[in-house]
Amino acid sequence: MEQKALYDYLLLLGDNSAILGQRLGELCGHGPELETDIALTNVSLDLFGQVRNYFQYAAKVAGEDATEDSIAMLRLEHEYKNSLLVEQPNRDFAYVICRQFLFDTYHQLLLNELVNSKNDQIAAIAKKSIKEVDYHYDISSTWMQRLGDGTEESNKRLQDALDFLWRYSMELFKPTDTEIIMAEMGVGPDLETLRPVYLERVKDIFLKSNVIAKEDAIFQYGGKTGTHTEYLGYILAEFQYMQRAYPNMQW
Amino acid sequence: MDTQQQLDDFQRRIDNGEKIEPKDWMPERYRKQLIRIMSQHAHSEIVGMLPEGNWITRAPSLRRKVALLAKVQDEAGHGLYLYSAAETLGISRDELVEQLLDGTAKYSSIFNYPTLTWADMGAVGWLVDGAAIINQVMLTKTSYGPYARAMVRICKEESFHQRQGYEIMLALANGTEAQKQMAQDALNRFWWPSLMMFGPRDEDSPNTEQSMKWKIKKKTNDELRQQFVDQTVPQADILGLTIPDPDLKWNEERGHYDFGEIDWEEFWNVVKGNGPCNLKRLEDRNAAWDNGAWVREAAVAHAEKQAAKRVSKSA
Ligand SMILES: [Fe+2]
Ligand SMILES: [Fe+2]
Repeated sequence: MEQKALYDYLLLLGDNSAILGQRLGELCGHGPELETDIALTNVSLDLFGQVRNYFQYAAKVAGEDATEDSIAMLRLEHEYKNSLLVEQPNRDFAYVICRQFLFDTYHQLLLNELVNSKNDQIAAIAKKSIKEVDYHYDISSTWMQRLGDGTEESNKRLQDALDFLWRYSMELFKPTDTEIIMAEMGVGPDLETLRPVYLERVKDIFLKSNVIAKEDAIFQYGGKTGTHTEYLGYILAEFQYMQRAYPNMQW
Repeated sequence: MDTQQQLDDFQRRIDNGEKIEPKDWMPERYRKQLIRIMSQHAHSEIVGMLPEGNWITRAPSLRRKVALLAKVQDEAGHGLYLYSAAETLGISRDELVEQLLDGTAKYSSIFNYPTLTWADMGAVGWLVDGAAIINQVMLTKTSYGPYARAMVRICKEESFHQRQGYEIMLALANGTEAQKQMAQDALNRFWWPSLMMFGPRDEDSPNTEQSMKWKIKKKTNDELRQQFVDQTVPQADILGLTIPDPDLKWNEERGHYDFGEIDWEEFWNVVKGNGPCNLKRLEDRNAAWDNGAWVREAAVAHAEKQAAKRVSKSA
């Protein structure tokens, strides 16, 4: 029971990084300038490094012949537990930055708690990841302000992106059964307590970026419990392609 | 106008093995040739991100995905160093990028071939980075200081890429029948285009003589190509793969491998823009640039506003 919850928790942690990393990977070589291309590729690289840490551990917890790759690439769509936010498409650079910022702010708060996890492995992974995520937050929060403050067009694009993406932000703070169990065991934080700090932080950056989050937003939920948007299936079609087409091989 | 005296002095410095630095006097043709070579090199790094970026989302394992991301990121870094090294010759990165986007500048024609399977990531690392290193090791000794220094830095990463590519091939060669076939197919498609990376035959290479005299290049295209073949054949043997050239054989007398004739018609077609992916590569670079225009404008506008704020505060 506890092992099952721990395994599911590792999926919750790893899947967000994997799916966001996959989205950023699509952009490689197509960025608005070389410097941003390098920066976003670097974020993707960090996220997949974290995925490997979580899933190597998950493979041990699962036992039998589970591997980091079988866990990452051989599940069915509804078995992925990433939030809806991270699977949203790269419509333009404003969407990419806004999605990143909404996630990074959460990610930073989460890892700051996980460094004190009663689970030593998770604490160690969080400790390693937090420096990376601080840097991700620097990039995305700086770009939020550049785009928001830059030109009329960039401000409008950022506002459009926020209008679209904001509805997916609160799912990050709505605990699943697994997250409730983990919080009770002192492995993970009580997500509800992170929400007010999150809102304060993102709204501060929105203010500096001249954009506004809709007060009357209807929030969307489901990814963390396996009900995704239509986008995930296509992400997985690429992510899983080799493992599905050439099963049981070493690469 | 460059005087004979200046040209002679310049040649004397080159013959003495001195490095030419940005502020030194140099013949206009030397400057132009370097801008051409260095910008082609920079563009190759950037366009080269596309065929490999093509497999990032489909890499077969997390380990390979991370390594590929890191590699493509390195290539972007190489592009950056090279653009800044080229800028020391008095041309801006924007001008150079413009020449790439409108199709007037060239980049390595190898990147106009498609990457169709995962094994192509192995073949590109092994053969394309392998060929690039041979050229770049030579360029660490080139007469223009900033270029030579950029090459020293880049070469270390390229040899890492080459080993990584070879390791992908090795895993396939030791794998299942399907994996071996995938590896052989990649070698079949990338072998000849890799040989073409060294450029036309010496007798068809109009710039070679002058660039050797100025020590921009220290070896000819054909010498470098031979070096690549000699180095690569034994590596293919270890993989148990067959190089797709019936004329390939060791020549005891020359101490080199003999190899078949390159399809020069294909070579010139690709160079002139009619390879399998020329259009796609330029389209992708143009799309990235055009779609990014509003982002770059926003960044400039924001920086200007910030600077204006600082001025008004300090006033
Ligand atoms: Fe490179
Ligand atoms: Fe390379």
